[in-house]
Amino acid sequence: MNREVIVSSGKIARELSEAEVKEIEHELTLYPDKKAVGLEALKIVQRHNGWVSDESMLAISKYLDIALSELEGVATFFNLIYRRPVGKNVILFCDSVSCWIMGCEKIRKEINDHLGIDYGETTEDGEYTLIPVPCLGDCDKAPVMLVGEKMHRNLTADSIKSLSSSGKAQNKSGE
Amino acid sequence: MAKVTIDGVIYELNPENNLLQECLSQGLDVPYFCWHPCMGSVGACRQCAVKQYRDENDTKGTIVMACMTPVSDGAILSVDDEQTKAFRAGVIESLMTSHPHDCPVCEEGGECHLQDMTQMSGHNYRRHDKKKVTHHNQYLGPFISHEMNRCITCYRCVRYYDDYAGGTDLSAQASHHHTYFGRFEEGTLENEFSGNLVEVCPTGVFTDKTFSENYTRKWDLQVAPSVCVGCSVGCNITPGERYGTLRRVVNRYNDEINGYFICDRGRFGAHYVNSESRIRGAKDASGLSIAVGDAEAKLGVVMQEENVIGIGSPRASNEANFALRSRVGAENFYSGHSDDEHAALEIIISALRDEAFHCPSIREIENADAVLLLGIDVTNVASRVALALRQSVRNLSKNLAQESRIPVWQDSAVRELAQDQLSPLAIFSVGATRLDDVATFKVNLAPDELLKAAVQLDSVISGESVDGSHADIGPTPKCLNQISEALLGASNPLIVCGTSAGVEMLRVATNIGHSIRAQRDVAVDLALLPTEGNSVGHALMVREGNTLGEAFERIAKNSIKSALILENDLYNRAPSAKVIAAFESLENRIVIDHIETKTTQASTLLLPSTAFSEHEATFVNYEGRAQLSFQVNDCGTSAKAAWRWLLDEESHSPDSVISKCSEDISDFSKLTECLPKAGSLVAGMKVPRQSHRYSGRTAMSAKANVHEGKQAVDKDSVMSFSMEGVYPQKDASILASPWAPSWTSNQSISKFQSEVNGALKQGQSGVHLLSRCNKGFKYKVEVPEKTIQGLQIFPAQHIFGSEELSGHAPPIQERMTDAYAAISPKTASEIGVDAGDFVRFRGSEICVEVSIRVLVPDAVVLVYPGNRAAGVHFNFRDIGRSQILERVETAPEKIASTRLGLSQLLVNDLFGERG
Amino acid sequence: MIGSNERPLTKNIDPSRGALDMDGYERAGGYLGAKKISSGMDSSSMLGMVKDSGLKGRGGAGFPTGLKWSFVPQGPDSEVQKYLVVNADEMEPGTFKDRMLMEGDPHLLIEGMIIAAFAIQASKAFIFLRGEYFESERCLVKAISEARDKGYLGDNIFGSDFSFDIVMHTSAGRYICGEETALLNALEGKRANPRAKPPFPQVSGLWGKPTIVNNVETICNLPGIMANGIEWYQSIGSGGDFGTKIFGLSGRVKNPGCWELPLGVTIREVIEEYGGGMQEGYSLKAFLPGGGSTDFLTPEHLDTELTYDAIGKLGSRLATGTMILLDDKTCPVGMIGNLMKFFSHESCGFCTPCRDGLPWVDSIFEDFERGGGTHKDLAILHDHVEYMGPGKTFCALAPGATAPLGSGLKLFKDEFEAHIKNRACPYKH
Ligand SMILES: Cc1cc2nc3c(=O)[nH]c(=O)nc-3n(C[C@H](O)[C@H](O)[C@H](O)COP(=O)(O)O)c2cc1C
Ligand code: SF4
Ligand code: FES
Repeated sequence: MNREVIVSSGKIARELSEAEVKEIEHELTLYPDKKAVGLEALKIVQRHNGWVSDESMLAISKYLDIALSELEGVATFFNLIYRRPVGKNVILFCDSVSCWIMGCEKIRKEINDHLGIDYGETTEDGEYTLIPVPCLGDCDKAPVMLVGEKMHRNLTADSIKSLSSSGKAQNKSGE
Repeated sequence: MAKVTIDGVIYELNPENNLLQECLSQGLDVPYFCWHPCMGSVGACRQCAVKQYRDENDTKGTIVMACMTPVSDGAILSVDDEQTKAFRAGVIESLMTSHPHDCPVCEEGGECHLQDMTQMSGHNYRRHDKKKVTHHNQYLGPFISHEMNRCITCYRCVRYYDDYAGGTDLSAQASHHHTYFGRFEEGTLENEFSGNLVEVCPTGVFTDKTFSENYTRKWDLQVAPSVCVGCSVGCNITPGERYGTLRRVVNRYNDEINGYFICDRGRFGAHYVNSESRIRGAKDASGLSIAVGDAEAKLGVVMQEENVIGIGSPRASNEANFALRSRVGAENFYSGHSDDEHAALEIIISALRDEAFHCPSIREIENADAVLLLGIDVTNVASRVALALRQSVRNLSKNLAQESRIPVWQDSAVRELAQDQLSPLAIFSVGATRLDDVATFKVNLAPDELLKAAVQLDSVISGESVDGSHADIGPTPKCLNQISEALLGASNPLIVCGTSAGVEMLRVATNIGHSIRAQRDVAVDLALLPTEGNSVGHALMVREGNTLGEAFERIAKNSIKSALILENDLYNRAPSAKVIAAFESLENRIVIDHIETKTTQASTLLLPSTAFSEHEATFVNYEGRAQLSFQVNDCGTSAKAAWRWLLDEESHSPDSVISKCSEDISDFSKLTECLPKAGSLVAGMKVPRQSHRYSGRTAMSAKANVHEGKQAVDKDSVMSFSMEGVYPQKDASILASPWAPSWTSNQSISKFQSEVNGALKQGQSGVHLLSRCNKGFKYKVEVPEKTIQGLQIFPAQHIFGSEELSGHAPPIQERMTDAYAAISPKTASEIGVDAGDFVRFRGSEICVEVSIRVLVPDAVVLVYPGNRAAGVHFNFRDIGRSQILERVETAPEKIASTRLGLSQLLVNDLFGERG
Repeated sequence: MIGSNERPLTKNIDPSRGALDMDGYERAGGYLGAKKISSGMDSSSMLGMVKDSGLKGRGGAGFPTGLKWSFVPQGPDSEVQKYLVVNADEMEPGTFKDRMLMEGDPHLLIEGMIIAAFAIQASKAFIFLRGEYFESERCLVKAISEARDKGYLGDNIFGSDFSFDIVMHTSAGRYICGEETALLNALEGKRANPRAKPPFPQVSGLWGKPTIVNNVETICNLPGIMANGIEWYQSIGSGGDFGTKIFGLSGRVKNPGCWELPLGVTIREVIEEYGGGMQEGYSLKAFLPGGGSTDFLTPEHLDTELTYDAIGKLGSRLATGTMILLDDKTCPVGMIGNLMKFFSHESCGFCTPCRDGLPWVDSIFEDFERGGGTHKDLAILHDHVEYMGPGKTFCALAPGATAPLGSGLKLFKDEFEAHIKNRACPYKH
């Protein structure tokens, strides 16, 4: 039963794009039930929109007939599903043990200085969001970070500087 | 049985269970949180740790979770081991790291499972001096408050609400120590059993909002064992009173009926007792208050006439109905049911006497392994049955688990193994029902087609050839065959129907029962559900032929001048025109009631009666089980139990009325067995309604008068309105509120059970009145020819407010909906209406709002007659079986909607999605 | 060292070029092991071979792989649908071996999966890949499609009557997903809380069906065993453990990285010969031998052989074999605190000791870092080692955290005391 999801705030499901539907449909062929595709759908929608809004949640819930609250339980469990808007590029900054030994705190400070953001924050131009991530599995090249889908290894103060200038972002304006 | 040594003592334990359950059954104090007696084990809280030793030589042992450990023969265990005790205290210390210090203002305090376990585990000093985690609370509707900071993350709420009760709008969210239990966003918790969260939550996260409004400590409530009159199930409840008002209702364990859970109508609907519409004094014809003496005198005068007739009530007690019957004479005592309901009850009663059938208790319904639901939306009519049916569909998974040697108490493993495989549940209904999500077969048709389909199913079951002429509309022959096979192949097949399905459908239900019975050796489970608290008891008192229609006939023939109407709104029982005509020809319309209705407004003499919590009474449930409900408190007004207006008060007590009833009416001969057993009182002392922890009694009225008032004396019952007395040891019917040393919360019930989930040690309460002595027969079923014009009308039922009482409860008002006509999108376009438009039933004044629902069959209108207490309600019987709907431009004034309109319908979505 | 030249896992890996494609892999002798399926080898003998090889799981616990497989019900009465799941969630701090295998030689993993699936008769497999491994995903997706094109995946592979396919599942970031039963819940689209065992996944796993979960490296061992036989396999390694293992080094070592070496190589050899010793100006203070959830060892243990048993005897675990080195200039209290923050954040929130114990431990370390640690805090830390230890929590995450915590408290007693005494971290200048 494909039910209309009704929420008290009056928000309604957005229309899923053709591309999103196509990808979700593909995932549906790989798993024996719709529930299993819930997390996949969250990822697909996030890939297309950067994050998962309430309206997207409603859309997925409706499309896959997964109870909204259950989907929320899944969405909020995983680190990499963003239920709030993020910048164009998410910086997943490894703060685990090997990177810590190799001085990642200094690099984090560098990011603070150059982009004006700390964990959980987004640059004012909406270019970057900084999020800590557990060990990225590149410990021999510590410290490391993942910007979008690209690994940056053996980080130094300079690598951070190049990051800020290569992106269109400047430091937090007004500072 | 397995021999297990625990702290040096040898116990015989059931190897099918886990250690925790068995320890509790043995009366051992093992603390726990996440385990629940009827939800099995998940091992989340780690509170139930015990020590297990490999053998006698093992001195170290290992810590295991009792709830996750099967009982095994020869096991050696310790609960008292020091290391294990330290671990258990550590668990509490952990749970407390973010728990607020708000016990003094917390609703749970004093009956808090967490407090109990904290004391039991011996954690009493807080070392944690770091920052606490705090959460945001959500608005969850009129019933439940949310205080997430008190959460100890035992996962019981979601396991109960989602897994057990089938809710979909509460979930565990986020993770690690930010784990959160709530809705996607603020809003009313939709599930009809949400109130049980209050009792399932071991701390004060989910509390009873209606209770908090006039908050009283558990120990300061005056309580008595009572029976819910919300529907025909008769769940056992414990209402609590203080300062003359009903403060809350909680579940009272009965292993055969409600177990640990009741529905939200029962829990929150009982607040009608405090309603503004209560009748607090006698009134004369002009509506002016009169003194009790004057009222009695007026009544006496009328009663001197010959042939005063009495009209009884399915929501009044046996004693009230019996008193009326005695006063007017059995020949003048008429049914308070509508004529079709009365006919339906005759079918139900004869099925209760039929040896082909067994009427299953709620516990037995949970054991059904194939179910056929005919024409009834159980969740909205007899909710507790629906909760039991939801468990019954899981029997398949339990069988699968047993085959795979997974213990059935391993809750998540059993669910994982079975995935979405369910025991068969076939639902025949007009529109959606709230059990559709677990149905294997769904037949959704217009009323006449549905009846035909059911008749066809009967033919298939009895192996007759089926007339295929309707195959294009109804279920396919294959579907009917599958349902038939499921029912015939099951070891506990169950058929459920009810008065709301209509007389003919009830006949088909019993016919199908007979057809199944013919093919097996044992009686067939048949649950036929009336809609009200004492429908069966009332119907049993009415002489054959004494229907309401017959009463009206007699009145019309002018031989009757006076009628006594007992706790009943006749405007729900017959078309308004008939009621008005009867009332017009009656000189005296004496109404006894406790709540205002259209009928009380039409009375010439109104006598106030007490509500369920204000008197001792018996009720008969759908099984024919009579149960005693004690008075909780004195009502404090001139209202009195209805029977007291009718019988000589001085020479009667509730017990003597019960005795007299059982002498006079043979069907009630066993009624006296409901009464407390002689000798169950300790040294003849009364049973206190106030707990030994009751505080502040002497100060209760100090602001008005410093002299402590005299405690009211209960002359009639075995209970006292005070703390004085002794709890009975041998009679479950007098057990209001469980408490045991170290166990102040409702979890103490295990101390009263013969074993976990078993009968109370104090014995069974209630008695089955009827015996099975008849050989039943199959009814001839009249399938209406399809000649009716217009749309077929079918009544919609709502858990909140469909009967006469719950709608008067303020919290229930918040969940009620206005009158509506629900139609399919196709029907809507044919008659040219949109959702939100108003329509009139042709030829009547009745206008209702249109609601469009895809699951309503075409050419059918599901009609809900509206919010009675808010005064926007019409008489359903004023519209016929079929009607033509006409769009009206603007809704007439008098149909002005309540504040909520149909908004609650969207939350409490009955008929599938919006159009 | 016996068989010290064999590199069955990494022989095709050459960082100077991309991973071998199907042709390249086959030219290098690939898929010979898997092709045994079509040359008449039946599933039970394949399973038997793996059992006899003595291969132990490389995911951390070191459980014998063949033995694990043998619990999968077989025969006509058993569930028809069975699943193989490859655990590629690699997220343990300091662990970076599976990434190298997947990005360096994806066909090796696929070949191994075909072997494993055939042995347990699973027609479908999922690779559960951690979401951040975008490069691994690209490599595997490409290899899978090459294999599918070639008929090595799909219906009747290698012309046998065995059909098998692989679904690539990328996760969304949670360490707990690496725990095999939590992983199954994640695959089913649920919150990744672990499941109770029993029932074990081998009996009731993914969607209630018999399921085997193996680590990437474990699976990559299979092609070699099948192609070269048990004798060859057992000629590699020592100390009761057979075959090679990827060992890694991170921290202030001259040449951090990972290398495939026979089980039984000494710790010293790895650190000194392959890692080139510590960086100038740093000396080795202690190390975690197998990732973030193992007990600290010290330089006095350098001559120990890297086998499951030998490391176990020292009170630690070989686990993932990727060592994290603590130098003399890095604060041990800070290092443990970093690990505790990780474990605390990655707790799934299901069971009490872990969910509520770890954050407390974490906040105590924060206090130590700020100079606010007390002896009372220290006592609480000691209590938590006991309280969150093995058997007391629902899964092995929290006990994993107690390994560096418990051993660290003993080993670095002075450093903890110094923090309390100085009201500051002595390593901060
Ligand atoms: C918290 C936790 C995280 C784990 N993470 C991983 C992991 O990332 N990769 C892995 O292969 N095994 C991981 N494991 C071990 C798995 O549960 C499982 O034992 C392993 O995948 C089995 O594979 P094997 O028999 O091939 O070693 C983890 C265990 C725990 C308790
Ligand atoms: S130890 Fe408990 S809370 Fe921690 S990850 Fe395992 S199950 Fe979850
Ligand atoms: S009751 Fe056993 S772990 Fe919660």
